[in-house]
Amino acid sequence: MSRIEVTVISGRSLSQARSRELGKFSDEYARSVAICELDPEDMKELDSIDGQNVRVTTDFGEVIVRAVTSKQAPHRRVAFVPYGPWASMLFDPATHASGMPTLKGVKATVEKAADAKIATLQEITHMKAE
Amino acid sequence: MSKTISENVICTFCASGCDDLEITHNGRDISSARNGCAISVSRFTSTKQSRISRPLLRTKERLRETTYLKAIDRAARILNNARYPVLYGWSQTSSEAISKGIELAELVGGIIDNTTTSCHGPTILGVQDVGEATCTLGEVRHSADLVIYWGCNPIHSHPHHTTRFTIFSKGRFRKTRKDRKLVVVDVRRTDTAKLADRFIQIQPNTDYELLTALRAALKGEEIEQDSVAGVPLETVEELADMMADCEFGALFFGLGLTMSAGKHRNTEAALALVRDLNYVTKFAIIPMRGWFNVRGANEVSTWQTGYPYAVDLTQGYPRFNPGDTSAIDAFTRGEPDAALVVASDPVSHFPKAAARNLLGVPIVSVDPKRTPTTEASEVVIPSAIIGIETAGTIYRIDGVALEARKVIHPPPGIRSDVEILDAIIKRVKALRGRR
Repeated sequence: MSRIEVTVISGRSLSQARSRELGKFSDEYARSVAICELDPEDMKELDSIDGQNVRVTTDFGEVIVRAVTSKQAPHRRVAFVPYGPWASMLFDPATHASGMPTLKGVKATVEKAADAKIATLQEITHMKAE
Repeated sequence: MSKTISENVICTFCASGCDDLEITHNGRDISSARNGCAISVSRFTSTKQSRISRPLLRTKERLRETTYLKAIDRAARILNNARYPVLYGWSQTSSEAISKGIELAELVGGIIDNTTTSCHGPTILGVQDVGEATCTLGEVRHSADLVIYWGCNPIHSHPHHTTRFTIFSKGRFRKTRKDRKLVVVDVRRTDTAKLADRFIQIQPNTDYELLTALRAALKGEEIEQDSVAGVPLETVEELADMMADCEFGALFFGLGLTMSAGKHRNTEAALALVRDLNYVTKFAIIPMRGWFNVRGANEVSTWQTGYPYAVDLTQGYPRFNPGDTSAIDAFTRGEPDAALVVASDPVSHFPKAAARNLLGVPIVSVDPKRTPTTEASEVVIPSAIIGIETAGTIYRIDGVALEARKVIHPPPGIRSDVEILDAIIKRVKALRGRR
Protein backbone atom coordinates (compact mmCIF):
# COMPACT_ATOMS: atom_id res chain seq x y z
CA MET A 1 0.00 0.00 0.00
CA SER A 2 1.41 3.40 -0.87
CA ARG A 3 -0.90 5.38 1.39
CA ILE A 4 -2.46 4.88 4.83
CA GLU A 5 -5.01 6.75 6.91
CA VAL A 6 -3.79 7.78 10.36
CA THR A 7 -4.49 10.06 13.29
CA VAL A 8 -1.55 12.43 13.65
CA ILE A 9 -0.36 13.70 17.01
CA SER A 10 2.48 16.05 17.93
CA GLY A 11 4.54 16.17 21.10
CA ARG A 12 7.86 16.59 22.81
CA SER A 13 10.70 14.16 22.14
CA LEU A 14 14.03 13.95 23.92
CA SER A 15 16.06 14.49 20.75
CA GLN A 16 13.82 17.40 19.70
CA ALA A 17 14.45 19.16 23.00
CA ARG A 18 18.19 18.46 23.03
CA SER A 19 18.76 19.57 19.46
CA ARG A 20 16.67 22.71 19.98
CA GLU A 21 19.33 23.84 22.43
CA LEU A 22 21.94 23.47 19.69
CA GLY A 23 19.90 25.86 17.56
CA LYS A 24 16.79 25.74 15.42
CA PHE A 25 18.93 25.99 12.29
CA SER A 26 21.20 23.09 13.28
CA ASP A 27 21.23 19.88 11.24
CA GLU A 28 20.53 17.95 14.45
CA TYR A 29 17.27 19.86 14.95
CA ALA A 30 16.02 19.11 11.44
CA ARG A 31 17.04 15.45 11.78
CA SER A 32 15.15 15.18 15.09
CA VAL A 33 12.04 17.12 14.17
CA ALA A 34 11.32 16.71 10.46
CA ILE A 35 10.22 13.12 11.03
CA CYS A 36 7.09 11.02 11.32
CA GLU A 37 7.22 8.08 13.72
CA LEU A 38 5.05 5.21 12.51
CA ASP A 39 4.07 1.94 14.13
CA PRO A 40 6.21 -0.93 12.72
CA GLU A 41 3.12 -2.65 11.29
CA ASP A 42 2.01 0.59 9.62
CA MET A 43 5.50 0.97 8.15
CA LYS A 44 5.16 -2.52 6.66
CA GLU A 45 1.70 -1.78 5.36
CA LEU A 46 2.97 1.42 3.76
CA ASP A 47 5.80 -0.64 2.30
CA SER A 48 8.15 2.05 3.56
CA ILE A 49 11.54 1.83 5.21
CA ASP A 50 13.34 3.86 7.85
CA GLY A 51 14.65 7.11 6.45
CA GLN A 52 12.41 7.19 3.40
CA ASN A 53 10.51 10.44 2.92
CA VAL A 54 6.74 10.50 3.28
CA ARG A 55 4.07 13.11 2.66
CA VAL A 56 1.72 13.75 5.58
CA THR A 57 -1.51 15.50 4.57
CA THR A 58 -4.34 16.86 6.68
CA ASP A 59 -7.27 19.17 5.92
CA PHE A 60 -5.02 22.03 7.02
CA GLY A 61 -1.80 21.42 5.11
CA GLU A 62 0.84 18.96 4.08
CA VAL A 63 4.52 18.42 4.74
CA ILE A 64 7.30 16.12 3.65
CA VAL A 65 9.13 14.43 6.51
CA ARG A 66 11.30 11.36 7.08
CA ALA A 67 9.56 8.14 8.12
CA VAL A 68 10.96 6.53 11.24
CA THR A 69 9.93 3.21 12.77
CA SER A 70 8.58 4.02 16.21
CA LYS A 71 10.34 2.70 19.28
CA GLN A 72 7.31 3.66 21.36
CA ALA A 73 4.95 1.20 19.74
CA PRO A 74 2.41 -0.23 19.36
CA HIS A 75 0.30 2.67 18.16
CA ARG A 76 -1.43 1.38 15.07
CA ARG A 77 -2.68 4.16 12.80
CA VAL A 78 -1.31 6.87 15.05
CA ALA A 79 1.54 8.91 13.53
CA PHE A 80 3.78 11.03 15.76
CA VAL A 81 5.42 14.20 14.40
CA PRO A 82 7.48 16.07 17.05
CA TYR A 83 6.63 19.68 17.86
CA GLY A 84 8.25 22.05 15.46
CA PRO A 85 7.97 23.97 12.23
CA TRP A 86 7.19 20.89 10.14
CA ALA A 87 4.44 19.62 12.43
CA SER A 88 2.84 23.05 12.63
CA MET A 89 2.04 22.84 8.91
CA LEU A 90 -0.48 20.10 9.66
CA PHE A 91 -2.70 21.31 12.44
CA ASP A 92 -6.06 22.94 12.87
CA PRO A 93 -5.83 26.59 14.01
CA ALA A 94 -9.35 26.43 15.50
CA THR A 95 -9.11 26.75 19.27
CA HIS A 96 -12.79 26.20 20.14
CA ALA A 97 -12.69 29.24 22.42
CA SER A 98 -9.77 27.91 24.45
CA GLY A 99 -6.84 29.70 22.75
CA MET A 100 -5.33 26.27 22.07
CA PRO A 101 -5.15 24.95 18.51
CA THR A 102 -5.70 21.23 17.90
CA LEU A 103 -2.18 19.80 17.78
CA LYS A 104 -3.16 16.21 18.52
CA GLY A 105 -5.73 13.87 17.09
CA VAL A 106 -6.07 15.20 13.56
CA LYS A 107 -7.01 12.85 10.70
CA ALA A 108 -4.25 12.54 8.12
CA THR A 109 -2.91 10.43 5.31
CA VAL A 110 0.68 9.27 5.05
CA GLU A 111 1.98 8.33 1.62
CA LYS A 112 5.34 7.38 0.27
CA ALA A 113 7.22 10.28 -1.27
CA ALA A 114 10.74 8.92 -1.54
CA ASP A 115 11.80 11.44 -4.16
CA ALA A 116 10.24 14.50 -2.51
CA LYS A 117 12.54 16.87 -0.64
CA ILE A 118 12.15 17.88 2.99
CA ALA A 119 11.72 21.67 3.15
CA THR A 120 14.35 23.68 5.02
CA LEU A 121 13.33 25.94 7.89
CA GLN A 122 13.60 28.96 5.59
CA GLU A 123 11.35 27.23 3.06
CA ILE A 124 8.82 26.37 5.78
CA THR A 125 8.68 30.05 6.82
CA HIS A 126 8.23 31.00 3.18
CA MET A 127 5.41 28.44 2.78
CA LYS A 128 3.71 29.78 5.90
CA ALA A 129 3.86 33.34 4.57
CA GLU A 130 2.09 32.41 1.33
CA MET B 1 40.51 32.20 34.14
CA SER B 2 40.36 29.46 36.75
CA LYS B 3 37.71 26.76 36.78
CA THR B 4 34.82 27.07 39.21
CA ILE B 5 32.16 24.53 40.12
CA SER B 6 28.75 26.01 40.88
CA GLU B 7 26.58 23.60 42.86
CA ASN B 8 22.82 23.32 43.33
CA VAL B 9 22.17 25.26 40.14
CA ILE B 10 18.52 25.31 39.02
CA CYS B 11 17.83 24.04 35.53
CA THR B 12 15.88 26.36 33.27
CA PHE B 13 14.56 24.04 30.61
CA CYS B 14 11.35 22.35 31.75
CA ALA B 15 9.24 23.32 34.73
CA SER B 16 10.42 20.48 36.98
CA GLY B 17 12.82 22.98 38.56
CA CYS B 18 15.63 20.46 39.17
CA ASP B 19 17.95 22.25 41.59
CA ASP B 20 20.88 19.86 41.89
CA LEU B 21 22.97 20.72 38.84
CA GLU B 22 26.73 20.99 39.12
CA ILE B 23 28.13 23.36 36.51
CA THR B 24 31.84 23.65 35.78
CA HIS B 25 32.81 26.97 34.19
CA ASN B 26 35.39 29.74 34.05
CA GLY B 27 32.96 32.62 34.44
CA ARG B 28 32.46 32.97 30.67
CA ASP B 29 32.17 29.43 29.29
CA ILE B 30 30.63 26.24 30.66
CA SER B 31 32.80 23.17 30.21
CA SER B 32 30.52 20.58 31.78
CA ALA B 33 27.14 20.11 33.41
CA ARG B 34 26.46 17.23 35.82
CA ASN B 35 23.39 15.72 37.49
CA GLY B 36 21.00 17.11 34.89
CA CYS B 37 19.07 15.18 32.25
CA ALA B 38 20.23 14.98 28.63
CA ILE B 39 18.25 18.11 27.73
CA SER B 40 19.69 20.04 30.66
CA VAL B 41 23.26 19.10 29.71
CA SER B 42 22.59 20.20 26.14
CA ARG B 43 21.14 23.51 27.36
CA PHE B 44 24.01 24.38 29.69
CA THR B 45 26.81 23.32 27.35
CA SER B 46 25.35 24.95 24.21
CA THR B 47 24.93 28.52 25.43
CA LYS B 48 27.23 29.90 22.73
CA GLN B 49 25.62 28.03 19.84
CA SER B 50 23.28 29.88 17.50
CA ARG B 51 23.61 33.08 19.58
CA ILE B 52 22.70 36.50 18.33
CA SER B 53 25.68 38.68 19.17
CA ARG B 54 24.39 42.16 18.27
CA PRO B 55 21.01 43.91 17.95
CA LEU B 56 19.66 43.73 14.39
CA LEU B 57 17.45 46.04 12.34
CA ARG B 58 15.82 45.19 9.04
CA THR B 59 16.86 47.62 6.35
CA LYS B 60 16.42 47.00 2.62
CA GLU B 61 15.03 43.49 3.26
CA ARG B 62 18.05 42.40 5.30
CA LEU B 63 18.80 42.22 9.00
CA ARG B 64 21.83 44.40 9.73
CA GLU B 65 23.74 44.97 12.95
CA THR B 66 22.89 48.07 14.92
CA THR B 67 23.18 49.49 18.44
CA TYR B 68 20.90 48.69 21.39
CA LEU B 69 19.81 52.33 21.39
CA LYS B 70 18.61 52.24 17.77
CA ALA B 71 16.99 48.82 18.20
CA ILE B 72 15.13 49.93 21.33
CA ASP B 73 13.99 53.11 19.54
CA ARG B 74 12.63 51.17 16.53
CA ALA B 75 10.95 48.61 18.82
CA ALA B 76 9.29 51.38 20.83
CA ARG B 77 8.08 53.15 17.67
CA ILE B 78 6.60 49.94 16.21
CA LEU B 79 4.68 49.23 19.42
CA ASN B 80 3.70 52.85 19.98
CA ASN B 81 2.31 53.20 16.45
CA ALA B 82 0.42 49.90 16.55
CA ARG B 83 -3.35 49.89 16.92
CA TYR B 84 -3.57 46.29 18.18
CA PRO B 85 -0.17 44.80 19.07
CA VAL B 86 0.30 41.33 20.50
CA LEU B 87 2.98 40.85 23.16
CA TYR B 88 3.66 37.12 23.11
CA GLY B 89 5.97 34.50 24.64
CA TRP B 90 7.07 34.98 28.26
CA SER B 91 7.41 31.35 29.39
CA GLN B 92 11.18 31.23 28.98
CA THR B 93 11.99 34.41 30.82
CA SER B 94 11.94 35.56 34.43
CA SER B 95 8.88 36.64 36.39
CA GLU B 96 10.51 40.06 36.72
CA ALA B 97 10.65 40.36 32.91
CA ILE B 98 7.03 39.21 32.60
CA SER B 99 6.04 41.95 35.04
CA LYS B 100 7.79 44.50 32.82
CA GLY B 101 6.00 43.04 29.80
CA ILE B 102 2.61 43.63 31.40
CA GLU B 103 3.62 47.21 32.24
CA LEU B 104 4.48 47.67 28.56
CA ALA B 105 1.18 46.11 27.46
CA GLU B 106 -0.74 48.48 29.73
CA LEU B 107 1.10 51.33 28.03
CA VAL B 108 0.64 50.33 24.37
CA GLY B 109 -2.64 48.38 24.63
CA GLY B 110 -3.38 45.24 22.64
CA ILE B 111 -3.02 41.65 23.81
CA ILE B 112 -0.47 40.17 26.18
CA ASP B 113 -0.52 36.39 25.91
CA ASN B 114 1.93 33.74 27.04
CA THR B 115 2.64 30.29 25.61
CA THR B 116 0.10 28.80 28.04
CA THR B 117 -2.28 29.64 25.24
CA SER B 118 -0.78 26.80 23.18
CA CYS B 119 -0.09 24.30 25.97
CA HIS B 120 -2.07 24.26 29.22
CA GLY B 121 -4.54 27.06 28.50
CA PRO B 122 -7.39 24.50 28.57
CA THR B 123 -6.09 23.32 31.96
CA ILE B 124 -6.53 26.80 33.40
CA LEU B 125 -10.05 26.99 31.98
CA GLY B 126 -10.78 23.65 33.64
CA VAL B 127 -9.39 24.85 36.97
CA GLN B 128 -11.53 27.98 36.77
CA ASP B 129 -14.62 25.81 36.34
CA VAL B 130 -13.90 22.89 38.67
CA GLY B 131 -11.09 23.89 41.06
CA GLU B 132 -7.91 21.94 41.68
CA ALA B 133 -7.04 19.44 44.44
CA THR B 134 -3.31 19.89 44.39
CA CYS B 135 -0.11 19.61 46.42
CA THR B 136 3.61 20.21 46.02
CA LEU B 137 5.96 17.78 44.29
CA GLY B 138 7.60 17.23 47.67
CA GLU B 139 4.37 15.77 49.03
CA VAL B 140 4.17 13.42 46.04
CA ARG B 141 7.78 12.35 46.59
CA HIS B 142 7.25 11.59 50.27
CA SER B 143 3.74 10.17 50.30
CA ALA B 144 2.29 9.09 46.94
CA ASP B 145 1.79 5.34 46.59
CA LEU B 146 -0.05 5.64 43.26
CA VAL B 147 1.25 7.78 40.41
CA ILE B 148 -0.65 8.22 37.16
CA TYR B 149 0.82 9.84 34.06
CA TRP B 150 -2.04 10.60 31.67
CA GLY B 151 -1.37 11.96 28.19
CA CYS B 152 2.22 12.85 29.03
CA ASN B 153 5.59 11.25 28.46
CA PRO B 154 7.94 12.62 31.13
CA ILE B 155 10.83 10.36 30.13
CA HIS B 156 11.04 12.64 27.06
CA SER B 157 9.50 15.91 28.24
CA HIS B 158 10.54 16.09 31.94
CA PRO B 159 13.28 13.45 32.09
CA HIS B 160 14.06 13.68 35.82
CA HIS B 161 10.46 13.89 37.00
CA THR B 162 10.34 10.17 37.80
CA THR B 163 13.67 10.16 39.64
CA ARG B 164 13.16 13.33 41.68
CA PHE B 165 9.46 13.25 42.46
CA THR B 166 7.72 9.99 41.67
CA ILE B 167 8.45 6.29 41.15
CA PHE B 168 12.26 6.32 41.41
CA SER B 169 12.51 8.98 44.13
CA LYS B 170 13.29 8.15 47.74
CA GLY B 171 10.66 9.79 49.89
CA ARG B 172 10.13 9.78 53.64
CA PHE B 173 7.24 7.31 53.55
CA ARG B 174 7.73 5.76 50.09
CA LYS B 175 11.35 4.77 49.84
CA THR B 176 11.63 2.37 46.90
CA ARG B 177 10.03 1.58 43.55
CA LYS B 178 8.10 -1.26 45.21
CA ASP B 179 6.33 1.24 47.48
CA ARG B 180 4.57 2.86 44.54
CA LYS B 181 2.39 1.81 41.64
CA LEU B 182 2.63 3.55 38.29
CA VAL B 183 -0.23 3.72 35.79
CA VAL B 184 0.25 5.31 32.37
CA VAL B 185 -2.65 6.23 30.09
CA ASP B 186 -1.62 7.12 26.56
CA VAL B 187 -2.32 6.51 22.88
CA ARG B 188 1.21 5.15 22.37
CA ARG B 189 3.27 2.71 24.42
CA THR B 190 5.70 5.47 25.30
CA ASP B 191 9.04 5.11 27.08
CA THR B 192 7.20 6.19 30.23
CA ALA B 193 4.54 3.53 29.64
CA LYS B 194 7.28 0.89 29.52
CA LEU B 195 8.00 1.64 33.21
CA ALA B 196 4.38 1.27 34.26
CA ASP B 197 2.83 -1.41 36.43
CA ARG B 198 -0.30 -0.86 34.37
CA PHE B 199 -0.39 0.66 30.88
CA ILE B 200 -3.78 1.60 29.52
CA GLN B 201 -3.74 2.34 25.81
CA ILE B 202 -6.65 4.45 24.64
CA GLN B 203 -7.86 5.57 21.24
CA PRO B 204 -6.98 9.14 20.20
CA ASN B 205 -9.51 11.82 21.19
CA THR B 206 -11.30 9.63 23.74
CA ASP B 207 -9.82 10.85 27.03
CA TYR B 208 -13.08 12.52 28.03
CA GLU B 209 -15.01 9.27 27.67
CA LEU B 210 -12.57 7.31 29.82
CA LEU B 211 -12.36 10.00 32.51
CA THR B 212 -16.14 10.17 32.68
CA ALA B 213 -16.42 6.37 32.84
CA LEU B 214 -13.92 6.31 35.72
CA ARG B 215 -16.05 8.86 37.59
CA ALA B 216 -19.11 6.69 37.03
CA ALA B 217 -17.29 3.50 38.11
CA LEU B 218 -16.02 5.26 41.22
CA LYS B 219 -19.57 6.10 42.18
CA GLY B 220 -20.64 2.51 41.61
CA GLU B 221 -22.81 3.37 38.64
CA GLU B 222 -23.45 0.80 35.96
CA ILE B 223 -21.69 1.40 32.65
CA GLU B 224 -23.74 -0.12 29.86
CA GLN B 225 -20.86 -0.75 27.45
CA ASP B 226 -18.27 -3.47 26.98
CA SER B 227 -15.46 -0.99 26.47
CA VAL B 228 -14.81 2.72 26.76
CA ALA B 229 -12.18 4.57 24.68
CA GLY B 230 -10.97 1.18 23.43
CA VAL B 231 -10.42 0.01 27.04
CA PRO B 232 -12.35 -3.06 28.29
CA LEU B 233 -14.88 -2.21 30.98
CA GLU B 234 -13.14 -4.62 33.37
CA THR B 235 -9.94 -2.56 33.09
CA VAL B 236 -11.86 0.67 33.67
CA GLU B 237 -13.32 -0.76 36.89
CA GLU B 238 -9.95 -2.10 38.01
CA LEU B 239 -8.36 1.32 37.52
CA ALA B 240 -11.19 2.99 39.45
CA ASP B 241 -10.61 0.50 42.29
CA MET B 242 -6.84 1.12 42.22
CA MET B 243 -7.43 4.85 42.52
CA ALA B 244 -9.94 4.52 45.33
CA ASP B 245 -7.82 2.01 47.26
CA CYS B 246 -4.54 3.97 47.29
CA GLU B 247 -3.47 5.98 50.33
CA PHE B 248 -2.26 9.02 48.38
CA GLY B 249 -2.56 9.25 44.63
CA ALA B 250 -1.09 11.79 42.24
CA LEU B 251 -2.42 12.30 38.72
CA PHE B 252 -0.05 14.11 36.37
CA PHE B 253 -1.49 15.01 32.99
CA GLY B 254 -0.05 16.51 29.85
CA LEU B 255 -0.95 17.92 26.50
CA GLY B 256 -2.62 14.65 25.55
CA LEU B 257 -5.63 16.13 27.30
CA THR B 258 -5.32 19.79 26.34
CA MET B 259 -4.44 19.43 22.66
CA SER B 260 -6.93 16.68 21.72
CA ALA B 261 -10.61 16.92 20.96
CA GLY B 262 -12.42 18.14 24.04
CA LYS B 263 -9.56 20.33 25.27
CA HIS B 264 -10.82 22.14 28.40
CA ARG B 265 -13.66 19.62 28.75
CA ASN B 266 -10.98 16.90 29.11
CA THR B 267 -9.16 18.81 31.82
CA GLU B 268 -12.45 19.54 33.59
CA ALA B 269 -13.20 15.81 33.62
CA ALA B 270 -9.74 14.99 35.04
CA LEU B 271 -10.03 17.68 37.72
CA ALA B 272 -13.54 16.48 38.61
CA LEU B 273 -12.32 12.86 38.84
CA VAL B 274 -9.66 13.86 41.36
CA ARG B 275 -12.18 15.98 43.26
CA ASP B 276 -14.44 12.90 43.48
CA LEU B 277 -11.53 10.71 44.60
CA ASN B 278 -10.96 12.97 47.59
CA TYR B 279 -14.28 11.78 49.02
CA VAL B 280 -12.78 8.30 49.40
CA THR B 281 -9.00 8.83 49.70
CA LYS B 282 -6.34 11.51 49.28
CA PHE B 283 -5.55 12.43 45.69
CA ALA B 284 -3.85 15.34 43.95
CA ILE B 285 -3.68 16.49 40.33
CA ILE B 286 -0.79 18.44 38.80
CA PRO B 287 -0.48 19.48 35.14
CA MET B 288 2.91 18.75 33.56
CA ARG B 289 3.74 22.32 32.61
CA GLY B 290 6.37 22.61 29.88
CA TRP B 291 8.69 25.61 29.85
CA PHE B 292 10.56 26.53 33.00
CA ASN B 293 8.52 29.62 33.78
CA VAL B 294 5.23 29.11 31.96
CA ARG B 295 3.59 28.75 35.36
CA GLY B 296 5.28 32.02 36.39
CA ALA B 297 3.76 33.72 33.36
CA ASN B 298 0.31 32.73 34.68
CA GLU B 299 1.12 33.78 38.24
CA VAL B 300 2.47 37.22 37.29
CA SER B 301 -0.26 37.87 34.74
CA THR B 302 -2.92 36.92 37.30
CA TRP B 303 -1.65 39.11 40.09
CA GLN B 304 -1.12 42.11 37.80
CA THR B 305 -4.17 41.89 35.51
CA GLY B 306 -6.49 39.42 37.23
CA TYR B 307 -6.17 36.89 34.38
CA PRO B 308 -3.58 34.17 33.67
CA TYR B 309 -3.15 34.50 29.88
CA ALA B 310 -4.84 35.95 26.76
CA VAL B 311 -5.31 39.37 28.34
CA ASP B 312 -6.56 42.22 26.14
CA LEU B 313 -5.70 45.71 27.44
CA THR B 314 -6.93 47.66 24.43
CA GLN B 315 -9.84 49.23 26.31
CA GLY B 316 -7.55 50.44 29.10
CA TYR B 317 -8.69 47.65 31.43
CA PRO B 318 -8.00 43.90 31.27
CA ARG B 319 -10.35 41.56 29.37
CA PHE B 320 -9.98 37.76 29.28
CA ASN B 321 -11.89 35.85 26.66
CA PRO B 322 -9.88 32.97 25.13
CA GLY B 323 -10.89 32.46 21.53
CA ASP B 324 -11.22 36.23 21.23
CA THR B 325 -8.29 37.67 23.18
CA SER B 326 -5.85 34.77 22.63
CA ALA B 327 -2.84 35.29 20.36
CA ILE B 328 -3.42 32.43 17.92
CA ASP B 329 -7.10 33.31 17.42
CA ALA B 330 -6.31 37.00 16.96
CA PHE B 331 -3.61 36.23 14.39
CA THR B 332 -5.78 33.66 12.60
CA ARG B 333 -8.37 36.42 12.14
CA GLY B 334 -5.61 38.80 11.00
CA GLU B 335 -6.40 41.51 13.55
CA PRO B 336 -3.02 42.42 15.14
CA ASP B 337 -0.79 44.96 13.39
CA ALA B 338 2.47 44.40 15.31
CA ALA B 339 4.07 41.81 17.58
CA LEU B 340 6.60 41.79 20.38
CA VAL B 341 7.91 38.26 20.88
CA VAL B 342 9.93 37.58 24.01
CA ALA B 343 11.71 34.22 24.34
CA SER B 344 9.49 32.29 21.98
CA ASP B 345 9.28 31.13 18.37
CA PRO B 346 5.68 31.49 17.16
CA VAL B 347 6.65 31.55 13.46
CA SER B 348 7.76 27.93 13.91
CA HIS B 349 4.98 26.76 16.18
CA PHE B 350 1.80 28.63 15.27
CA PRO B 351 -0.46 26.78 12.83
CA LYS B 352 -0.05 28.02 9.27
CA ALA B 353 -3.15 30.25 9.24
CA ALA B 354 -1.96 32.17 12.32
CA ALA B 355 1.71 32.23 11.30
CA ARG B 356 0.81 33.69 7.90
CA ASN B 357 -0.73 36.78 9.48
CA LEU B 358 2.04 37.05 12.07
CA LEU B 359 4.55 37.15 9.21
CA GLY B 360 2.56 40.03 7.70
CA VAL B 361 3.15 42.43 10.61
CA PRO B 362 6.33 44.03 11.97
CA ILE B 363 7.83 41.74 14.64
CA VAL B 364 10.14 42.83 17.46
CA SER B 365 12.02 39.81 18.85
CA VAL B 366 13.85 39.55 22.15
CA ASP B 367 15.72 36.23 22.24
CA PRO B 368 19.18 34.88 23.01
CA LYS B 369 19.27 32.62 19.94
CA ARG B 370 18.40 32.63 16.24
CA THR B 371 15.01 31.21 15.37
CA PRO B 372 12.67 31.48 12.36
CA THR B 373 10.88 34.24 14.33
CA THR B 374 14.04 36.32 14.80
CA GLU B 375 14.89 35.81 11.12
CA ALA B 376 11.48 37.22 10.13
CA SER B 377 11.65 40.19 12.53
CA GLU B 378 12.02 43.92 11.90
CA VAL B 379 14.00 44.32 15.11
CA VAL B 380 15.99 41.66 16.95
CA ILE B 381 17.30 42.40 20.43
CA PRO B 382 19.62 39.70 21.83
CA SER B 383 19.24 38.84 25.50
CA ALA B 384 20.95 36.93 28.29
CA ILE B 385 19.82 33.38 29.10
CA ILE B 386 17.77 33.19 32.32
CA GLY B 387 19.23 30.94 34.99
CA ILE B 388 22.61 30.78 33.24
CA GLU B 389 23.68 34.34 32.38
CA THR B 390 21.21 36.30 34.48
CA ALA B 391 19.16 35.62 37.61
CA GLY B 392 15.40 35.63 37.95
CA THR B 393 12.37 34.20 39.72
CA ILE B 394 10.74 31.15 38.10
CA TYR B 395 7.79 28.95 39.10
CA ARG B 396 7.95 25.18 39.22
CA ILE B 397 5.15 22.92 37.91
CA ASP B 398 3.49 22.93 41.35
CA GLY B 399 3.65 26.71 41.83
CA VAL B 400 6.72 26.77 44.07
CA ALA B 401 8.77 29.90 43.33
CA LEU B 402 12.52 29.38 42.81
CA GLU B 403 15.37 31.86 42.38
CA ALA B 404 17.25 30.86 39.23
CA ARG B 405 20.87 32.02 39.52
CA LYS B 406 23.41 33.65 37.28
CA VAL B 407 26.22 31.14 36.69
CA ILE B 408 28.35 32.78 33.99
CA HIS B 409 28.55 36.26 32.47
CA PRO B 410 26.56 36.83 29.28
CA PRO B 411 28.53 37.50 26.09
CA PRO B 412 29.95 41.04 26.06
CA GLY B 413 27.29 43.73 25.70
CA ILE B 414 24.31 41.37 25.99
CA ARG B 415 21.57 42.65 28.31
CA SER B 416 18.86 40.93 30.32
CA ASP B 417 15.19 40.80 29.27
CA VAL B 418 14.35 43.09 32.22
CA GLU B 419 16.84 45.75 31.06
CA ILE B 420 15.62 45.52 27.45
CA LEU B 421 11.92 45.77 28.35
CA ASP B 422 12.61 48.60 30.80
CA ALA B 423 14.40 50.52 28.04
CA ILE B 424 11.48 49.97 25.61
CA ILE B 425 9.00 51.18 28.27
CA LYS B 426 11.05 54.32 28.88
CA ARG B 427 11.30 55.02 25.15
CA VAL B 428 7.53 54.52 24.60
CA LYS B 429 6.84 56.90 27.48
CA ALA B 430 9.24 59.45 25.99
CA LEU B 431 7.50 59.15 22.59
CA ARG B 432 4.19 59.82 24.34
CA GLY B 433 5.61 62.73 26.31
CA ARG B 434 5.15 60.88 29.58
CA ARG B 435 7.62 60.39 32.38
